[in-house]
Amino acid sequence: MTETEILVIGGGPAGLRAAAAAGELGAQVLVIEEMDWLGGQLVKQTHKFFGSKEQYASRRGIDIARILAGELENHDRVTVWTGAPVLGIYEDGMVTAQKDNRHVKIKPQRIIVATGAAEKVLPFPNNDLPGVYGAGAVQTLMNLHGVLPGRRVLMVGAGNIGLIVSYQLLQAGVEVAAVIEGAAHIGGYLVHAAKIRRAGVPILTRHTIKEAQGREVVEGAVIQQLDENWQPVPGTEQQLEVDVICLAVGLTPLADLLWQAGCEMRFIPELGGHVPYRNRLLETTRPGIYVAGDVAGVEEASAAMVEGRLAGLAAARSLGYGGPEAEAYLEDALRQLHALRSGPAGEKIRRGLEKLETMEGVPC
Amino acid sequence: MLERTGVPVKEQLDRVQPPPGHEGPMAVIECFQEIPCNPCSEACTRGAIASFTDINNPPVLIREKCNGCGNCMFRCPGLAIFVIDESYSDTETLVKIPYEYLPLPEEGTPVTALDREGKPVGLARVIKVQQGKAMDRTAIIWLAVPKGLGMTVRSIQVGR
Repeated sequence: MTETEILVIGGGPAGLRAAAAAGELGAQVLVIEEMDWLGGQLVKQTHKFFGSKEQYASRRGIDIARILAGELENHDRVTVWTGAPVLGIYEDGMVTAQKDNRHVKIKPQRIIVATGAAEKVLPFPNNDLPGVYGAGAVQTLMNLHGVLPGRRVLMVGAGNIGLIVSYQLLQAGVEVAAVIEGAAHIGGYLVHAAKIRRAGVPILTRHTIKEAQGREVVEGAVIQQLDENWQPVPGTEQQLEVDVICLAVGLTPLADLLWQAGCEMRFIPELGGHVPYRNRLLETTRPGIYVAGDVAGVEEASAAMVEGRLAGLAAARSLGYGGPEAEAYLEDALRQLHALRSGPAGEKIRRGLEKLETMEGVPC
Repeated sequence: MLERTGVPVKEQLDRVQPPPGHEGPMAVIECFQEIPCNPCSEACTRGAIASFTDINNPPVLIREKCNGCGNCMFRCPGLAIFVIDESYSDTETLVKIPYEYLPLPEEGTPVTALDREGKPVGLARVIKVQQGKAMDRTAIIWLAVPKGLGMTVRSIQVGR
């Protein structure tokens, strides 16, 4: 059995920042990551990030992954396990994981769950044909393994992920036939949209995919206009010749461990689905279990990093680490989060968090 | 409109283009949405992009202080800053664009100039391909475009 003061589950932007912050205050930390590398989704993000310098704005996600992993090397009380999926959190506070093909037990005093989010899918005829991908899978193929997903892509969803992955496809030399979006407006940052527009890619709002075409693999797609009530407009069907249909229709928190741990959950659509109730310092209803990043509500990576720092500081402080400076760090992290969420781009998140605070969401 | 098409409209562009008759290069910041982002302001050593009181504010260019150096161009994660110089020559305008595709164009060669919708609008001459460590793999392409296209050309097509 491995004992640790703080166990961080997930080595993405939130988890890495949580571990560094807790380590900075002097706590003993174990970071456990299921993949063989640290960084989470950052390792696929070849674009420069938004935000401020506190969240490494202007740096590319791939480089931020390296910076965050490197920060942990400064703390000799921080240990990292990669290639080790966590299997469960039990009633007595024990955590089990798989490591080197063995079933191992971990006994932490505090847990920070930073497991991220999973992609949503979209139901439409033939969506099980090879060639229908999630945007994350396309990024994994291209940016991790150097494999092109196909020659000509229909991107479904004009949020930041749909826009960014379209740009990355263009950079890799893949044609993007169109980006379609069900809503009346582009959901992602308009500067991302402008980048792919000037590369000649049309963005069609109020459009959806009617069906994928093909016998063995994707050979085409039929798209269709939607009216203001999201109903398909007959006669507006267009056939596109594509060999890849890429779905970028949102993320949902990977909250399985929180359910198992008995944390009180709420369904908040604005935050991507079921999220844990928690206090201002990100502690859930199960004392000693904290959350950070997309598992707490789907948001930008910049916010995930700040939440990670906040949870790491709070968990370490609850164990008695850190002097008055810890208080100042906490306030600074809260200030950063507030700033990131305070504009129109944070409106949905604010609405979601407000619902969560007032327990308005559907109780589970 | 921008929210539907991803292409800024004339009224927005009119607000950010250099004043008529301006001599020398000047930044054109095509960032019209309130998003939490501020590196452009920190990139400018001349203080020509006003400090952000709220990180969600769109950038404000203090025109008198801008010399068109382009340091903000490669720090902008949205690749939304361009530099134009209408006084470049009697027949041509200089347009600097951020560019992250391969292959890079070759200096001295003509390329197809594209507008904000990716439509060809004429030929541009590649004057310079600016790269550097600090630019972190965002090249800046200096283009000489026919007079009158300074606020139109925003990308190029290389060897296709």
